[in-house]
Amino acid sequence: MFGMPDEIWVPIRLTIELATITTLSLLVVATPLAWWLARSKAWFKEAAATLVSLPMVLPPTVLGFYLLIVLGPDGPGGAIASLWGGRTLAFTFTGLVIGSIISSLPFVVQPIRNAFAAVGDRPLEVAATLRTSPSRAFWTVALPLASPGLLTGAVLGFAHTVGEFGVILMIGGNIPGRTRVMSTAIFDFAETMRWREANLLAGGMVVFAFAVILSMILLEKRFTRAGA
Amino acid sequence: MNAPPAIRAEFRGTIGKFALDAGFTAPAKGVTALFGPSGCGKTTVLRCLAGLLRINGVCEIDGEVWQDENGSFLPTYKRPLGYVFQEASLFQHLSVRRNLLFGAPRHDSGGAKGGIVFDEVVELLGITRLLDRSPRNLSGGERQRVAIGRALLSQPKLLLMDEPLSALDRATKNEILPFLERLRDHLNLPVVYITHDIAEVERLADQMVLMDKGRVIGAGPLEELQSDPSLPLAAARDAAVSFEGIVQASDEAYGLVTLKVRGGVLTAPAPPGPVGERRRIRVIASDVSLTREAPGPSSILNVLPARIVSMKPLDTNEVVVVVALGKDGSGARLLSRMMRKSWGELGLAEGMSVYVQVKAVALAPGRGELG
Repeated sequence: MFGMPDEIWVPIRLTIELATITTLSLLVVATPLAWWLARSKAWFKEAAATLVSLPMVLPPTVLGFYLLIVLGPDGPGGAIASLWGGRTLAFTFTGLVIGSIISSLPFVVQPIRNAFAAVGDRPLEVAATLRTSPSRAFWTVALPLASPGLLTGAVLGFAHTVGEFGVILMIGGNIPGRTRVMSTAIFDFAETMRWREANLLAGGMVVFAFAVILSMILLEKRFTRAGA
Repeated sequence: MNAPPAIRAEFRGTIGKFALDAGFTAPAKGVTALFGPSGCGKTTVLRCLAGLLRINGVCEIDGEVWQDENGSFLPTYKRPLGYVFQEASLFQHLSVRRNLLFGAPRHDSGGAKGGIVFDEVVELLGITRLLDRSPRNLSGGERQRVAIGRALLSQPKLLLMDEPLSALDRATKNEILPFLERLRDHLNLPVVYITHDIAEVERLADQMVLMDKGRVIGAGPLEELQSDPSLPLAAARDAAVSFEGIVQASDEAYGLVTLKVRGGVLTAPAPPGPVGERRRIRVIASDVSLTREAPGPSSILNVLPARIVSMKPLDTNEVVVVVALGKDGSGARLLSRMMRKSWGELGLAEGMSVYVQVKAVALAPGRGELG
């Protein structure tokens, strides 16, 4: 497609698929988690927040190592895979999605949590005095008011998934057509001294990252102006 | 079943270091002012009434139990109330119109069942031209009017207002007060209104709950509490009594109105009004002086027979005297503030018949006059 050989095109397609599925799953997982972190008064809340943030600090190899154990044939991942006759979730696309969700989770939870915290109690109290049940208030008040945070979280989650390398290499194994995404493909091209292909993907990543960060800055500007 | 509708509230508990022990019963009719200094627990009581805060107690509105001692507690969203916060707290992501309709019953048949009608509220609050704007582009006064409209359109049976004017400057306050008076006069909706500004109480309230340090120190009709020397109101420098009078005659040539009050007749400078109209009168304690004999010709228009009810010494040199209008002392009560020396030299005593001279009588805008 676009005159590009499959070995370039397929990693791009896989990357986009992986990042899209990961981002959508992240919004489903991170939004309630962020809501709980922003609103709960439970004593273990900050411990849970720390756990979620760990992937930001840990070397990807540490995360990848544990994921390998958990997703492998002797871990719960193997048990789940056996449901459809598989042996392991490691070195599969599903495994990549799971790994990406965990490694990108803090980048999505944090902005959404901040957005929910910024909404505060008052709009929800107002909603309650207007005969609005808590669940309805979540959908009609909290979520729309926090939507800039959700958008930021989604963009960061997508971008971080595209940029992930270590975890993906460890649990994906860089299998062409199945788990070789752009970041690992570049590594492969560079190792085999195929500079032209490496350049093409690396350059694309630079342009992508630039566009993401610029659009984030512009979005933020627009929201702060609208909120003033 | 024959008992008149009432608001019954009793809340007892501690929030952090603050101890609340507040109980009162007030008619579920007209405006009840929750009055007291900052930090006395007014907002806490209001939040308890709304169920936004849960501490032990009882909350019963017009026979409906919202909370009782046995642990039953109706969550806020199931209570038919409206709440106006100190800051308008409009939903920033919705237009003024959608803010107003946020709490309106979804199957609104246009308020045909005697409810509060959208067009009427919008008209009453003067926000018709704001409907399609965003709350971000409104002034403070406009925002607060939208917030009041939003609360009203949820068809509440009780309206709770937490210092709705305190975040506004004086000019904006004066812009909103007439709207609140219109609401009081045109909607048959009981209101509990928090303020620490006695001027707002005197203009709006029918009855008052007086609070201090987490306790209720008095509750009852406004004029009773104002003229009760055991409460701090009567001793205040700007002490006054507010009560109602009925227009008897208007003297357009002199710009005066004559009003019938309990135990006498008062004349006040005011634009003419229809006979029979009810007007709110305010008489300040330092404008009232006492004589033992009927005074001769005087520049003071209002001289009425009255009887001394009680006297309370103030700081060092002043006293405040409660008098009741009428020869038999059965009429409206006034306060008179005078030097302790005058009290002694005139030989005044409790129970004595006297004449009151009222230098100034102030009238609030007529009920219905603005509508």
